[in-house]
Amino acid sequence: MNAAHAHDAHHDEHPRGISRWLFTTNHKDIGRLYIGFSVIMFLVGGVLAMLIRTELLRPTLMIPPEIYNQIITVHGLVMVFAAVMPATTGLANYLIPMMIGAPDMALPRLNNWGFWLLPPAALLLVMPFFLMLFGIGNGAIDTGWTMYAPLSVQGGMGVDFAIFAIYLMAMSSLLSSINVIVTIFNMRAPGMSMMKMPVFVWSWLITAFLLIAVFPPLVAGVTMLFADRHFGTHFFNAAGGGDPVLWEHLFWFFGHPEVYILLLPTAGILPHILSTFSRKPIYGYKAQVYSFWAIGALSVVVWAHHMFTSGMPVGAQLYFMYSTMAISIPVAILFFCWFATIWQGSMTFETPMLFALGYIVLFGVGGLTGLVLSDAVADQQYHNSYFLVAHFHYALFGGPVMGIIAATYYYLPKITGRMFNETVGKWHFWQTMVGFNLTFIPQFFLGIAGMPRRIPDYALQFAHLNMLSSIGAYILGSAQLLLVYNLIQVMRGVGKKATAQVWEGARGLEFTVPSPPPYHTFETQPVVQ
Amino acid sequence: MAGRTVSGGDAPAPEATGGRHRRLTIILVLVVLGFFGFGFALVPLYNTFCKLTGLNGKTGGPVGASAVAALKPNDSRTVKVGFTSTVMPGLNWTFKPLHEHMMVHPGTVTSTSYLVSNPSDHPETGQAIMSVVPGRAARYFKKLQCFCFHQETLKAGQFRNMKLVYFISSGIPKDISSIIVSYAFFPVKKHT
Repeated sequence: MNAAHAHDAHHDEHPRGISRWLFTTNHKDIGRLYIGFSVIMFLVGGVLAMLIRTELLRPTLMIPPEIYNQIITVHGLVMVFAAVMPATTGLANYLIPMMIGAPDMALPRLNNWGFWLLPPAALLLVMPFFLMLFGIGNGAIDTGWTMYAPLSVQGGMGVDFAIFAIYLMAMSSLLSSINVIVTIFNMRAPGMSMMKMPVFVWSWLITAFLLIAVFPPLVAGVTMLFADRHFGTHFFNAAGGGDPVLWEHLFWFFGHPEVYILLLPTAGILPHILSTFSRKPIYGYKAQVYSFWAIGALSVVVWAHHMFTSGMPVGAQLYFMYSTMAISIPVAILFFCWFATIWQGSMTFETPMLFALGYIVLFGVGGLTGLVLSDAVADQQYHNSYFLVAHFHYALFGGPVMGIIAATYYYLPKITGRMFNETVGKWHFWQTMVGFNLTFIPQFFLGIAGMPRRIPDYALQFAHLNMLSSIGAYILGSAQLLLVYNLIQVMRGVGKKATAQVWEGARGLEFTVPSPPPYHTFETQPVVQ
Repeated sequence: MAGRTVSGGDAPAPEATGGRHRRLTIILVLVVLGFFGFGFALVPLYNTFCKLTGLNGKTGGPVGASAVAALKPNDSRTVKVGFTSTVMPGLNWTFKPLHEHMMVHPGTVTSTSYLVSNPSDHPETGQAIMSVVPGRAARYFKKLQCFCFHQETLKAGQFRNMKLVYFISSGIPKDISSIIVSYAFFPVKKHT
């Protein structure tokens, strides 16, 4: 392959076999690698979730508590870092060059590196489980995904594995963020000004800025943690004059923007889907772009609303409460724009549209329950209860995961050139909606009634709601196999051939190239009017 | 493999593009390094912030004799000072305050002590950490002599009277009528 010379006759030439994927610098190949990796890790995290709900099915101990702690921790870390983040990064890699009319990402070699750091990172996260089976160590990290000190200072070698996994994942994320920013700033097609960029590209630009701002402090934090564990420092060790609460600040300075890092790319893809299936242009383009900026800026100054019970002064609690509530304003603007986009449109309900509408409903519930938790007084009751668990699953599954599934269905025919099975897709949607709500609505009630999170057993009074929640989880989990079925079918080339436009109402540069797109697109840059 | 992927009619020459990419990439890497440094800078920033605001009950280091000379006792006010003691797991000591609580006038130097003994059959080393509740009052609690943040070794069966000399500065807000001073002894593990 020699892209520098744009031979039209050898357009699709690329190495075959494993070396194509190992050494590829092609943004579409790397995008597909990210998405494939993310699907696999989504299933791994899903199996762990099924184990959690199986333990909680009945009020008794089936899984030893120490193993349960490892399962919930690795479930969280895998879903956040190895499933959702790679999925949005994969969409960025695949779509951004095509959306802005660039031939590839700006730094293709770095891009390859960024991806191939991830599989070793995922391996580091889950390997301690298997080492334990062979009698080495005491299993994976078991502190909860927040890795609060002093527990994480005292924990077993699973914590060290997780620290090194975070190093690799941070390196990967930072490389791809830098790549995204350079690509967007330097490689837009002639005529595509910043305010003509598709909403998705804007959302990723802000995501990338957030990533390079907040991931390095987390890396600094885990470096201190590592030093506390092995080199006798006392950053978080109260015995040496350190402060465990400092870890909470460092973690949530990363952890809260992280929520928006997961969310923003899907909030950016949503208007594209809504506009396509309601056959209307996107409503409020500027309002959405400015809202992204506002959300990005606010997200780095509200972190301590995760720490209302850590003994903060009242003044600080008030500040973090009001600033958190202020985020609901730009988010509400996004919701308004989404509704206005579909308002009086000639809507059809193909699978991507169903998931996009499901996103609005579920993420709406996540946002509203977040307002309840942001109340510093109410939070004293709800903190670390199942109310919180239900809230962030509505926010993180209802938002990012639903959005990623919607985007996957939306772009699947573009990527593979084949239409997926619409009936299976619709079943996937409805089973997901029923399963998800059945899983997490009972958890709101459990939380209000006082059931704490991260505990493998519970009082008898919680038995019925937990049983319902577990049944919902099995429905939700099995529904995802329908997605896997659809993915395998289109990859095998089953299904109707997709047109270049794929969907009747689809717009954008990515729908001007054939489906599947040739290996190299836009070697002659398109000009945007 | 293709080293450079930008080509085609309207695109700038590859050298120019590469230069622009390199410049922006270097700037962004510097931003990343800056925020990495910021993560570490948060440690001293946080400690300073806590000392200034009394967050987490941090009181700041001992004050010198010059502070005592400038003291003006305020006999019209009385603040109740309670003392608590905790021995953290891993240390076999007994640890009690001599006075459970004292009534003191702001600006008056007062002394008390903690009684520490090691009833075990081997020497142990501990380090005491102190904090003040409410956090708001922490910066008005001034220590002249304290056994906190020092390593103390007790031989088997040894008893010690650990002295604490302090005063409450007269600037303490009027609505604070009682404070609690908490001491916790942590075991010190020797790093070899």
